[in-house]
Amino acid sequence: MRMPAPIRLRELIRTIRTARTQAEEREMIQKECAAIRSSFREEDNTYRCRNVAKLLYMHMLGYPAHFGQLECLKLIASQKFTDKRIGYLGAMLLLDERQDVHLLMTNCIKNDLNHSTQYVQGLALCTLGCMGSSEMCRDLAGEVEKLLKTSNSYLRKKAALCAVHVIRKVPELMEMFLPATKNLLNEKNHGVLHTSVVLLTEMCERSPDMLAHFRKNEKLVPQLVRILKNLIMSGYSPEHDVSGISDPFLQVRILRLLRILGRNDDDSSEAMNDILAQVATNTETSKNVGNAILYETVLTIMDIKSESGLRVLAINILGRFLLNNDKNIRYVALTSLLKTVQTDHNAVQRHRSTIVDCLKDLDVSIKRRAMELSFALVNGNNIRGMMKELLYFLDSCEPEFKADCASGIFLAAEKYAPSKRWHIDTIMRVLTTAGSYVRDDAVPNLIQLITNSVEMHAYTVQRLYKAILGDYSQQPLVQVAAWCIGEYGDLLVSGQCEEEEPIQVTEDEVLDILESVLISNMSTSVTRGYALTAIMKLSTRFTCTVNRIKKVVSIYGSSIDVELQQRAVEYNALFKKYDHMRSALLERMPVMEKVTTNGPTEIVQTNGETEPAPLETKPPPSGPQPTSQANDLLDLLGGNDITPVIPTAPTSKPASAGGELLDLLGDINLTGAPAAAPAPASVPQISQPPFLLDGLSSQPLFNDIATGIPSITAYSKNGLKIEFTFERSNTNPSVTVITIQASNSTELDMTDFVFQAAVPKTFQLQLLSPSSSIVPAFNTGTITQVIKVLNPQKQQLRMRIKLTYNHKGSAMQDLAEVNNFPPQSWQ
Amino acid sequence: MYTRIQHPLHLSMQFMLLFSRQGKLRLQKWYVPLSDKEKKKITRELVQTVLARKPKMCSFLEWRDLKIVYKRYASLYFCCAIEDQDNELITLEIIHRYVELLDKYFGSVCELDIIFNFEKAYFILDEFLLGGEVQETSKKNVLKAIEQADLLQESQNEEWGGLSEDIL
Repeated sequence: MRMPAPIRLRELIRTIRTARTQAEEREMIQKECAAIRSSFREEDNTYRCRNVAKLLYMHMLGYPAHFGQLECLKLIASQKFTDKRIGYLGAMLLLDERQDVHLLMTNCIKNDLNHSTQYVQGLALCTLGCMGSSEMCRDLAGEVEKLLKTSNSYLRKKAALCAVHVIRKVPELMEMFLPATKNLLNEKNHGVLHTSVVLLTEMCERSPDMLAHFRKNEKLVPQLVRILKNLIMSGYSPEHDVSGISDPFLQVRILRLLRILGRNDDDSSEAMNDILAQVATNTETSKNVGNAILYETVLTIMDIKSESGLRVLAINILGRFLLNNDKNIRYVALTSLLKTVQTDHNAVQRHRSTIVDCLKDLDVSIKRRAMELSFALVNGNNIRGMMKELLYFLDSCEPEFKADCASGIFLAAEKYAPSKRWHIDTIMRVLTTAGSYVRDDAVPNLIQLITNSVEMHAYTVQRLYKAILGDYSQQPLVQVAAWCIGEYGDLLVSGQCEEEEPIQVTEDEVLDILESVLISNMSTSVTRGYALTAIMKLSTRFTCTVNRIKKVVSIYGSSIDVELQQRAVEYNALFKKYDHMRSALLERMPVMEKVTTNGPTEIVQTNGETEPAPLETKPPPSGPQPTSQANDLLDLLGGNDITPVIPTAPTSKPASAGGELLDLLGDINLTGAPAAAPAPASVPQISQPPFLLDGLSSQPLFNDIATGIPSITAYSKNGLKIEFTFERSNTNPSVTVITIQASNSTELDMTDFVFQAAVPKTFQLQLLSPSSSIVPAFNTGTITQVIKVLNPQKQQLRMRIKLTYNHKGSAMQDLAEVNNFPPQSWQ
Repeated sequence: MYTRIQHPLHLSMQFMLLFSRQGKLRLQKWYVPLSDKEKKKITRELVQTVLARKPKMCSFLEWRDLKIVYKRYASLYFCCAIEDQDNELITLEIIHRYVELLDKYFGSVCELDIIFNFEKAYFILDEFLLGGEVQETSKKNVLKAIEQADLLQESQNEEWGGLSEDIL
């Protein structure tokens, strides 16, 4: 008895859709799968395609269908077109190149590529071009290449895209398709044209040789320009028209290929200049399709070597996009502007207010781009206005943005802060509004910044104290606040604030808040460490509460938190055995050397500014200063920005952290960093200018390298000549060593000779002892002396020198400025 | 953590998904080799992400290291994953063209047409795109090819045993 025909596909779909529960559906599916399996076992040829089709439907619902894989292969091998159609579809859905079984397709595909019916050939090309593995591609590349040369445009276009896939899977095979590309662009058929452009694009992107070949030998650019021009100029073509534009798909692909051809190539770029301008100005912008073409045009203009007028045109298109009602258009505009903001900064700046408006957009992707772009546009001229917007954004944006926004604000503030007060206020604002989203690495950076803003210490600690009084849950805020209170607590209780009304707070109140932080459940271990260290440091800054501090410290000596316990034990030791060292160890932190870009007091010339940003610092002094009889070093200082010379003898100031302290305290087993520094994990390395250590040892710390820096004559007058020779440090590129040599060409000795020097504020200077105080007559000898200059900001070196000596019975004195330092001595 | 979609090839379109407002898959076309498990995971996550989008949001979103372009037509979401360098706006036009083709073929297409005739939806897609790229920019030519192929299918069925009705 003949088996009944298997249930039809549409019938099955209808049935399954009546299932009211997942369980019911599963039951139906299982039943049908069983029927299909037995049908397969019986090798039913007639209805195989029906069964596989049903299997594909069930597969789409999420059910396993791997038992149908071989059946797909049988269908592909069949002579019936329906079978092949379903078979190839099944292969594309159920098989993939990771499974060996897919290789069984290869022979069928090969046969079908040569089939007499173009629709069968089409199926084979499509399948190969969609999922062909590298092995299959290798085997069948020859067939594809043949079909690429056929005059049948239906097959030719498919072969072109199939070739693209082959090249993607097996790049070495690219060469074999080259001859077939010869006349591809002469086709009238848009399908062939489009796929040919895709193929050429693939080849040019993958191989610089191909790119060069197509540029030079094939003269691809003029061909593409011609085709594009025809598309724009030709009248209405119903077959390819989309809202009044002729074949936008082809236009976009041509523009993309032009981009690749024009990139880094002047000739090609020039050849396409006119057509790009034409497309940019003539394309209809009312619908998405026109804007799609404009968008691609803009991308091309920005990527090739276009003339500036064209670039401005492109940026203006993006500017108009920003005002478009369609948010999709605004989105691509922001994306593109982000890519061009570095190279065409000034042009993008003109659209700044529109970009800032996008911060208020409802769409998350648009907001993110607007934020990134806003940060890219911040400069010294617009910092105040931009920061207002960005802080508002930080307040109101989604949590996913806050960390990035906070980091961006810190960076921008560091680069362009118009004043230190503004800088501190901005930091405070970020810490208080987004304090829990601030990144961990921001804390040490902020601490360093605060330390270096010496005149703001009182203001900063007061503001931070007030901020955590109400709420000490935001860890980064609390950490910075704890550190500052520990450091500047003395300023806090003495009510020394200049910038705002000083608050009245007692030592006990300060300790109260720090202890609350210590106890609080919200405080992390790191934060507690900060708090405890701060309390300890206050033992040298506070006067009435030392006993209370001792008590707190001793309590935490038995804390279960190992970090806290260790600290407390060490601090206890400081109180007991090493009390004599306590004040030295807990001294105020010195200004730290920062190895980054210009600080807030510098004139910044970045981000499109043409003049220096207006700053609130005093300008450097201009002319030479009047001489005076007093030998006071400070007289050398014309303006307020010259630092005095650091005398040769080492000061009583201890090195602030690190190795040297440990050397002095040889017998203490200090495993953590000494108390003067906060938690080791979060404090940046405080680098020591090498010459401070020279107080302990007189050996130069760096290798003498003959760098060939030319020497200069710094001074030559009245027979006294002073020459400077230079050396750069091997270990610290900010250090320049100058050796001065003073010689005397007159007939009498110069006695009691003293050489003094001063440098601008951004430098530090150390003068070592001179070889003698007599410059002998007739150039018979010299005085030598070594000056070490620290120039962390790589500023141009300038120096003022003062010379005093006795000569021919009179006291001589002279001031001079040395400006002819060779660039190699300071760059 | 998810597995990265490996794409050593430079592809325009990595995949296209059609799904309903309840998250039911109606069509899946993959142009990258992935295991069934991976495909399921991607589908599940992406469907969730797109369905969570509000109507006022734009049609593009960044997802993993891909750009997703999606558009809703009646009860169906059309969702494509494209590469970073690709033109999102023209992808919207590609999606629209596909809908137009379906509309012409089925006559005022609705979700049910695609549910009951999913294999035809695939055939049409495969005449429009190949390997993730547009193969034919003329609506007329795509529809003509499908028409011819359908005729071929019918004529063969008649030849082979009088099953003049739908063999499936």
